[in-house]
Amino acid sequence: MGVEAYMGVAGVLFVLGIVCIISRRNILYVLMGIEMILNAANINFVAINRFGNGGLEGRMFAIFVIILAAAEAAIALAIVLNVFHLFQSIRPSDADMLRD
Amino acid sequence: MNTLTPNDYLLLLAVPLIPLLGYVVQIFFGRNLPRKGDWMLLGGMFIVMCITVYMFFAHAMGHVGPLPFWNESAMTPDGPVFRWLYNTSDVPGDQNLIAGILYDGLAAAMLMVVGVVSFLVHLFSSGYMAGDKRYHIFFANISLFTFAMLGLILSDNILFLFVFWELMGFMSYLLIGHFAQDPDSPRIKHAAAACKKAFLTTRVGDTCLFFGMAMFYFLLPREYNDLLAQGAIEGERVISSFRFVDLWTMGGQIVEANNGEYPFWMSVAGLFTFGGTVGKSAQFPLHIWLPDAMEGPTPVSAMIHAATMVAAGVFLLGRMFPMMSPEVLQIVIAVGAFTALFAATIGCTVNDIKGVLAYSTISQLGFMVAAIGTGGLGIVAGLFHMVTHAFFKACLFLSAGSVIHGCHHEQDMQKMGGLRKKMPITFMCMLICTLAIAGMPLFAGYYSKDRIIASVIDSTLTQWRGANVFALVALPLAAMLTTFYMFRLIFLTFFGEPRDQHIHDHAHESPIPMTAALIGLASLGMFGGHFWLAGDPLSNNGTWFTNLVQWQTMYVTSRGGSLDLTSMNMIAVTEHTAHTGHVWAVGVSLSVLALGFFAALWIYGLKKLDPARITSKLGLVYEAVRDKYYVDEAVNASVIRGTMGLAKGQKWIDENVIDGTVLGVGRLGRGLGTLCAWIDKNIVDGAVNWVGNTTQALGSVARLMQTGRIQQYVSFAVGGALLLAAFHILT
Repeated sequence: MGVEAYMGVAGVLFVLGIVCIISRRNILYVLMGIEMILNAANINFVAINRFGNGGLEGRMFAIFVIILAAAEAAIALAIVLNVFHLFQSIRPSDADMLRD
Repeated sequence: MNTLTPNDYLLLLAVPLIPLLGYVVQIFFGRNLPRKGDWMLLGGMFIVMCITVYMFFAHAMGHVGPLPFWNESAMTPDGPVFRWLYNTSDVPGDQNLIAGILYDGLAAAMLMVVGVVSFLVHLFSSGYMAGDKRYHIFFANISLFTFAMLGLILSDNILFLFVFWELMGFMSYLLIGHFAQDPDSPRIKHAAAACKKAFLTTRVGDTCLFFGMAMFYFLLPREYNDLLAQGAIEGERVISSFRFVDLWTMGGQIVEANNGEYPFWMSVAGLFTFGGTVGKSAQFPLHIWLPDAMEGPTPVSAMIHAATMVAAGVFLLGRMFPMMSPEVLQIVIAVGAFTALFAATIGCTVNDIKGVLAYSTISQLGFMVAAIGTGGLGIVAGLFHMVTHAFFKACLFLSAGSVIHGCHHEQDMQKMGGLRKKMPITFMCMLICTLAIAGMPLFAGYYSKDRIIASVIDSTLTQWRGANVFALVALPLAAMLTTFYMFRLIFLTFFGEPRDQHIHDHAHESPIPMTAALIGLASLGMFGGHFWLAGDPLSNNGTWFTNLVQWQTMYVTSRGGSLDLTSMNMIAVTEHTAHTGHVWAVGVSLSVLALGFFAALWIYGLKKLDPARITSKLGLVYEAVRDKYYVDEAVNASVIRGTMGLAKGQKWIDENVIDGTVLGVGRLGRGLGTLCAWIDKNIVDGAVNWVGNTTQALGSVARLMQTGRIQQYVSFAVGGALLLAAFHILT
C-alpha cells in the first residue's frame, strides 16, 4: 500500500468534512466538519512524511495542527455561544447578518 | 486794425461774465439777500453798462479811416482765446475751433445798446415787479438772459453764437412763462401756453439755423479745397471753421472763383441760416409766437421781445450777410417787406396796448430784414434801425408797462383814455418814442427809417427785381400804418375822455425807478439817432457808422482777398444815386408820416369819423385783419393737427406693430421654453432615470446571491475551487 491509499482516505475525510460543513443544520456539526477537514490534512502530512525524505517535519506540523484545532475549537465554541445568544438558535442559516 | 489791448479784451470778457456771476449768486442765495438781491444785479448791470459805453466811446466811436474797425482776440498775441478741439489735419499749428471775442463796429454798437437797455430794464423791473412772489427768480433769469445776449454779440464764431442763441431762447421761454409758476395768477394757463408756443415756434427756426451752420461748416472747406486743387484759387488748404472771418474769406473766394456766381448749395445753406432769423426775429410765417409772448412781464417784453433777443435774428443776418446769395436776398427782402406790411395792418386793429407794440415790433423787424436784404447801404440802414429801434421800442414797452402798472393791470386801450394828466412822465416818454418810431425828423427813428427807404429806392433803381419793387411799395405803406397805429395808441390811451372812470380814478404815476428808466430810454429815443451821424444827414456816405458797419467787405479786402462788390450784392452806390434816393426818401417818409398822423388824428384824436363805420364798410377784410389773417388757425389746422395726427398714427403703430412684435417675440420665447422643458423632462431626465433604474434592477438581481448564509458561501467557494481545478486539469 502506497501513499495513494492514505491520500484517498484523507480525500474522503476532506469531502465528508466539506459536506458536513455545507449541509448540516446544527452549527456544532459544522465545527465537527472543520475538525474533519483539519484531520484530513493531518493524515496527508503524516502520510507524506512517512513516504517522504524521512524527516520529522510532517509529524511536527500534524501536532501543530492538532494544537491549533484545539485552540480553534475553544474560540469557535465561544462564537457558537455568542451566536446562540444573538439569534436564539444554532442553525447556521439563521445567522444571515452577513447579507447586510 | 487791431486797436484793442489784451486788457481791453479782459474788460470785454467781463461784460458777459458779470451777469453770469450775478445769476449764479442770485439763483442760490437771492431769496435770502436783502431786497431779494436786486441791488446786486442792478449794480452788476450798471458796471456792464459803464464798460460797454466806455469801450464804445474809447474805441469804436468816431473810427473813420481806410481800414474797418475790427478787433478779434484770436489775432492779438495775449488776447483771451479759448482753444478747443485742436486740429490734427494737414494745416500745422491751426485749430478747428477757436472761440474768441470779436469786437467790430456791429458788435460795439449792439453791445452798447444791449448794455444800456439791459440796465434800464433791470432798473424798471425793480419797480414794476415789486411784490412779485418770484421776484428773485425773475431777476436771476433776466440776468442769465443778459449774459446770453452779451455773449452772442461778442462771439467770433457761429457755433458760440448758436449756443448763446439757444440759451436766449430758453431764457425767453422761462421769462414768458414767469406767471405760469404763480398759482394765483389769473392768466396762468395763457402764460404756460404762450411760453410753450414761443419755444416751439422759434425751435423751427433754430433747427434751420443749425442745418445752415452745419452746411457751411462742412461744405465750405470742401469746395474751397476742391477749387484749390483745380487751381482756381491760390493759397493753402483750409480746414473747417466756425469763425465768421474764415467763413467770409472762404465764401468770398469761392464766389470769386465761380465768376461771381454763388454755388447752389450756398443758396440753400444761406436760406437755412435765414430761417434762424425768421424764427428769432418773428418774421412771417413764424411770427405767431411774438404776440403771445406778451404774456410775460412787461420788462421782459421790452427787453427780450423788442430790444435784444428779436434783434439777434437781424444781428445774425448782418453777420452772415456775405454768405447770402442774391437769390436768398430776394427772399429776405420779400419776407421782410411782407412781414412789415402784414404786421402793421394787424397792429391797427389790436386793442391790447402791448399787442399793438408786439405787432409793431414784428413790423419794424420786417423793415430791418428787408433793408439788410437790399444789400449795400441797406445793411447799414437795417442795423442802424436795429439800434435805434432797440431804444424807442424798449421805451414804448416800458411806458406801456408803466400805464398797465398805473391802471392796475388793465391792458385794454378801449378802457383807458385821458391818462395824460395822471401820468405826465409816462405820457411824455411815450410820445417822444412814438414820434421816434413814426419817423419824425430829428428823432432817432427818422434817420434809420429814412435810410431804409432810401436804400430800397436805390436798390430798386440799380436792380429792377420783383422783391425790391414789392419792398418799394410795401415799406412806405407799412411806415404809414406804423404812424397810424402808434398815434391811435397815443390818442386812445392818453387823450380824450376817460372811458372807464374806475380805472381812471385809480390811475397813478409809476414809482421813481420806473420813470427814471423811462426818461433814460426816451432821451436815447430822441437823441439816439444823432450821435451815430457825422456830417451831412442827407448823405449815407462818409458817416462813421457806415464805415463802422461795412465791415465784411473791407475786412476781406484788407486781408488780401479781392471781393467783387457786385458779386456779394454790395452795390457800390455812388454819391449821386445815394443823393437821389435820399431826396426821394425824405419826401416819401415825411408824406407817409403826415398821412398816418392825420388819419389817426382825424379818427381817434378829433373823432370826426367813427372807427366802427370804417370797419363795417371793410367787412370781411376787417375781420380777417382783426383775427390776424387766421395764421394761428392755419398753423393750428395744419401743423398742430398734423403733428397730433402723426402722433396718433405713431401711437397706433406703437400699440399694434411694435407692441405686437414684442408680444410675439415674448410668446415665441415662452413656446420655446415650454418645448425645452418637455425635452428636459422627458428625454434628458428619462435617460438619466433609465440608467439609474437599470442599474438598480441589475443590482437587485445580483443581490440574490448575497444571502448571508455561510454554508452557501462555503459551497460557492468549494464549487469555485472545483471549477478551477477542473479548468486546470482539462487544459
